[in-house]
Amino acid sequence: MVISKASRYFLHAFIIAGCVIMLYPLLWMFVSSFKENTEIFTNTSLIPHKITFENYRQGWAGLSGVTFGTFFLNTFFLVALCIIGNLISCSMAAYAFGRLKFFLRQAFFAIMLSTLMLPFHVTVIPQYIMFNKFGWVNTYLPLVLPKFLGVEAFFVFLIVQFIRSLPRELDQAAEIDGCGPIKMYLHIILPLTLPALMTTSIFTFIWTWNDFFSQLLYISNIQRFPIALALRMFTDSMGDNSWGALFAMSILSLVPVFAMFIFFQRYLIEGISTGGLKG
Amino acid sequence: MQAIKTFWKNNWIGYFFLTPWLIGLIVLSAFPMGFSLYLAFTRYDLFSAPKWIGFGNFIEMFHDDKYLTSIKVTVHYVLFTVPLSLAFALAVALLLNRGIRGLRVYRAIYYVPSLFGGSVAIALLWRQLFGGEGLMNSILHFFGVEGMNWIATPSTSIYTLILLSTWQFGSAMVIFLAGLKQIPVDLYESARIDGAGTVKQFRHITFPMLTPILFFNLVMQIIHAFQAFTPAFIVSGGNGGPLNSTLFYTLYLYQKGFAQFEMGYAAAMAWMLLLTVALITSLLFVTSRNWVYYQE
Repeated sequence: MVISKASRYFLHAFIIAGCVIMLYPLLWMFVSSFKENTEIFTNTSLIPHKITFENYRQGWAGLSGVTFGTFFLNTFFLVALCIIGNLISCSMAAYAFGRLKFFLRQAFFAIMLSTLMLPFHVTVIPQYIMFNKFGWVNTYLPLVLPKFLGVEAFFVFLIVQFIRSLPRELDQAAEIDGCGPIKMYLHIILPLTLPALMTTSIFTFIWTWNDFFSQLLYISNIQRFPIALALRMFTDSMGDNSWGALFAMSILSLVPVFAMFIFFQRYLIEGISTGGLKG
Repeated sequence: MQAIKTFWKNNWIGYFFLTPWLIGLIVLSAFPMGFSLYLAFTRYDLFSAPKWIGFGNFIEMFHDDKYLTSIKVTVHYVLFTVPLSLAFALAVALLLNRGIRGLRVYRAIYYVPSLFGGSVAIALLWRQLFGGEGLMNSILHFFGVEGMNWIATPSTSIYTLILLSTWQFGSAMVIFLAGLKQIPVDLYESARIDGAGTVKQFRHITFPMLTPILFFNLVMQIIHAFQAFTPAFIVSGGNGGPLNSTLFYTLYLYQKGFAQFEMGYAAAMAWMLLLTVALITSLLFVTSRNWVYYQE
């Protein structure tokens, strides 16, 4: 569309103004994490009068003797397991749906799609009862095991779409060379679906990192707290004079997700625009 | 016997790869769904055996003021959040789609709130921003307006949550942008030759071509909005206050099921949610025939 130079500048100015409004709360929290507590409530600007790292020191000390180091390690551990689980289970199911022929394939595919819309509240109560019976409450199993069983149908669907776009000739050539379905999956399909697997990993990372509900249900031992639960408990136990420490830890908690975004933006945007994944 | 052998030979490899997902489907989706449907007709506290009470839970719901309030709050939230998010998402996508330089950077910046929006950290930030001595009031004070405690006031608290959700319009915007790129350029060229202006082009080309994407976004936003939990839980400190003004449906479900251990009631609530969402989605699908334009 052709627009004049003046209106082009105006458009940029308008869009940038919008960007500032969008980012202001985040930037303000970032800057406030370096302010003294008394200043947080009085200084609305993005420039602190005096820069201090005290908030980070105080916040890192954590709760009841457990530092944020533990909370971070817990979260990374949890995220890593979830990613491994999703990669294995979703790519296997996607290979079956995308390339193999078997009885009731169409029906199962339709069921898989319908689970995309299922509110998880319908299954969460029986799942809780079940995991409670198994004695798994207060372990990571209820959070991790579902990923090894392909519960996140979004990713199955995403990878199926990707596999279907790969040329069939590759499979046929491999088959002529005596390549069985398992070898085909490991040596041909998996390497070629790498972009979809990246998207799966990144979204699993972000969703698990931001998750709160299932962690709230299953984890009550502070030693095993992931970041989200730690932050929540931190607010409950603090007075009004530790906003600084809370902001400092909140900022730290956003850093890994932000890093994923910066490094893998392409896959993220791709995942949202093609698979309709909620960011 | 021979038939079973042939069947097995032709199918085993497919089912081999499907196994993890199939176990998940049975153990974590199908069985729990049936079980929660059964629980919905019982009284169950996790410790003694479930007791069959027929439609008791469903009858109780309509006499439960808190339950009715949670519906009102959730519907209010959905009715504001969904149209606002979609409007912003579409407007900004249209602005960014005018072939301007730096599109990728702008798109990234508008997307950032969606990246963090659902996290506890941001909900906590919101509690400060709209609290009595929060940033919002400091800014208002600068303009000479006397602020208030937006979160502790029952009439305004829900709007802070609506704002939080609208702030995350970025993911819908990214989907709109992808949709706008799919519209063939020659459509616009021939429209211009025919003398159609910007408004006409939008009404007769851009909008109809975007309706499938709009429909998709609408369905997804509604489903997500009905299930919102974390922001209300954190901002209200877990109780849906003040005066139940932020008592989202899911928050009340959580209280009933996992704080008061009335699991039968909570299961009934979950099924009502499922039915409501299914009903709304299918209504949308039915009406979509009248306004969504699918290319042949």
